[in-house]
Amino acid sequence: MLSRTAANLFWMGRHLERAETAARLLDVGQRITLLPNTDAGYQNEWRSLLQASGTSDMFTAKYGEISQENIEEFIFFDRDNPSSVVNCIEKAREAGRIVRTALTSQVWDALNVTYQELRKIENTPRSRLGTASLTDFTTGHTSTVRGAINATQLRNDGWHFMNLGYGLERADATARLLDVKYFVLLPRIEFVGSGLDTYQWQVILRSLSAHRAYHWAYGGDITAGQVADFLILNGESPRSLITSLYEVVWHLEGLARRYGDAVDSNARDKAREVLEQLQGRDIDMIFDEGLHEFLSWFIRELGTISNLVHQDYLLGGA
Amino acid sequence: MSYYNEMFEGDQVRDPYARLREWVETMPDDFRQMKQAEAEALFRRIGITFAVYGEGGDPDRLIPFDMMPRVFEQAEWRKLERGIKQRARALNAFLRDVYGRGEIVRAGRIPARLVYQNDAYEKSVVGIVPPRGVYSHIIGIDLVRTAKDEFYVLEDNCRTPSGVSYMLENREIMMRMFPQLFRTNRIEPVDQYPDLLRRTLESVAPAKCNDRPTCVILTPGHYNSAYYEHSFLANLMGVELVEGQDLFVDGDFVYMRTTTGPRRVDVIYRRIDDPYLDPLCFRPDSMLGIPGLMNVYRAGGVSICSAPGAGVADDKAIYTFVPEMVRFYLGEEPILNNVQTWTLWKDNDYKYVMENLGDLVVKEVHGSGGYGMLVGPKSTKEEIETFRAKIQANPSNYIAQPTLALSTCPTFVDEGIAPRHVDLRPYCLCGDRIELVPGGLTRVALRDGSLVVNSSQGGGVKDTWVLSE
Repeated sequence: MLSRTAANLFWMGRHLERAETAARLLDVGQRITLLPNTDAGYQNEWRSLLQASGTSDMFTAKYGEISQENIEEFIFFDRDNPSSVVNCIEKAREAGRIVRTALTSQVWDALNVTYQELRKIENTPRSRLGTASLTDFTTGHTSTVRGAINATQLRNDGWHFMNLGYGLERADATARLLDVKYFVLLPRIEFVGSGLDTYQWQVILRSLSAHRAYHWAYGGDITAGQVADFLILNGESPRSLITSLYEVVWHLEGLARRYGDAVDSNARDKAREVLEQLQGRDIDMIFDEGLHEFLSWFIRELGTISNLVHQDYLLGGA
Repeated sequence: MSYYNEMFEGDQVRDPYARLREWVETMPDDFRQMKQAEAEALFRRIGITFAVYGEGGDPDRLIPFDMMPRVFEQAEWRKLERGIKQRARALNAFLRDVYGRGEIVRAGRIPARLVYQNDAYEKSVVGIVPPRGVYSHIIGIDLVRTAKDEFYVLEDNCRTPSGVSYMLENREIMMRMFPQLFRTNRIEPVDQYPDLLRRTLESVAPAKCNDRPTCVILTPGHYNSAYYEHSFLANLMGVELVEGQDLFVDGDFVYMRTTTGPRRVDVIYRRIDDPYLDPLCFRPDSMLGIPGLMNVYRAGGVSICSAPGAGVADDKAIYTFVPEMVRFYLGEEPILNNVQTWTLWKDNDYKYVMENLGDLVVKEVHGSGGYGMLVGPKSTKEEIETFRAKIQANPSNYIAQPTLALSTCPTFVDEGIAPRHVDLRPYCLCGDRIELVPGGLTRVALRDGSLVVNSSQGGGVKDTWVLSE
């Protein structure tokens, strides 16, 4: 496979996942504004969500004040915001268009329809669009693309590269979100059982579409330790760090097997090592070590894996 | 001026269209509109769009698709096929000759100046004979019809003719929307084209290639207006679609960068023009090419299709000599007619053209896509005078031809169905053998009375049928 093709498939996966993350942020932010709270309170929530996507400063510079309209414009439509839904979907479609030959017609179809529909939404007066319809649009269409990939793509190297993009992006998004809110997860005695933290934890769970899943997994009341465990170490949780990383390792193993010894597999070795380190911890150890320190370490390691993928496969040996 | 109508002779329907009459005439308006919308949605979904240069607006534009097919009988097609293959052989013989001994020039049949001082003549490949002596592997020949048995060649495209993806997709979409038509008419298939193309490319692999040849399509990238076609063909042929940045030269060979390291490339079907192929040999500012490619080509390490320099055969000035090539190289009489052409660098021709500008079509020698041309009978006095000034400034840049009575084919328009002018571009493949799929791209001038079929000038496309016996 051409290195450029692999790179485009990888980034197609990343951007689709990123679009979904952005839509989910929009959804959870919207939910917060509906809760009875002070103005300042929900503004802070928005601020921290923007920080999670690394765009808080850009937002302030361009819009200043936080309002529902501004946020919606910024997270969904704004082309200056590299993580906006519109940007991510356009980039994913562009990458897909470049590597049309590596996609099945169903995948291309799903991706292209997403883009065409998005153009229509862009031309619709904003007053006629609800936030819910925007997030539904995004998660619905990205799921269709995802489903088309799973149902129709050959299980070849291209498939591994796409899923590698998805997996790394997902691990990164969850880690960043946790990092922004890590302080509410610290078990501090004065908050336990108070309305404030329960509500904060719900925000985190919702922003990862993990609200109901959590209840299925643990039942009963929401506690900080369990929320953190669910999003970091629970192998059943679809967006947890360990699940995402497990997928990354799985796809890197697939590539290493397919390509044999002639091709370096440093990315696989590194990902395996990080996964082993995750598996060797429990949530108490992570709290002892410091949640923030742990997450910083994890995000750094993801960056390293991503660079190694580049070196192993995307330079083409020239 | 009267025009040959391909479907009707007075009230009578001509044979090839016999089974279509009822279909056309009984189609309810709302059904037609529904199907038209369906076709458009399909094209857009598949992503078949093209870019129109310099007009702004939506960059992803559709070429209008007309659902009414254009039909040939087997006998009509056989004759066309013989003529096209003959012409393709002559053009390749000419290229082999002018990059070799230049017999046709020595024999005084073509002026040396037109060949050797032609911008498309590539001095750097003189003396190189590509595998099987083939320079142009895909030749698109633009034809128009003026009467039952009269076809004229408008121009030859020996470099990288585009549009074949429309031939294939138009058929796909017609089969999908109107399967019953394909049951009642026996229509020759065209979908073997990508396989034939791949076989043609493999058949011209360089001598140094001793394994199954690796072929690639080289595209300028996804901003190119024909990018869809490049990726479409690569997909159907099962070959990689590469950009210049994916290829590099190491020693005697060209390689592509892959996830498993470098992989040797034997045949490059390039969809970029000569000047951009190799910055070390041609334009040094080209970002699209591969430095060192031409050295490998000269040493026989890679085949380039079409070969660099092939453009000298499809120049509008050389065009007038193609019948002469057929006689000179093949010892045959040309089966297809050339359109009478006045070359404005000759005094007599110049005088005649200037006196009759209002009746003629004038084209730039190197122009394409329907840009920079004058259709005398369809132009206003002012337009003619403006063009006259342009010709006077640089006469040798122009040729003139009579305004041909292009045949018409019934076409769906807003008011129902009406005759519109059409042309035809079949695609001839030249490798170890010469092959032609039964069909081609029919372009139709959608504006009432217009004779310009180019998509950049409001032209559309039709499915083209060849009926089997």
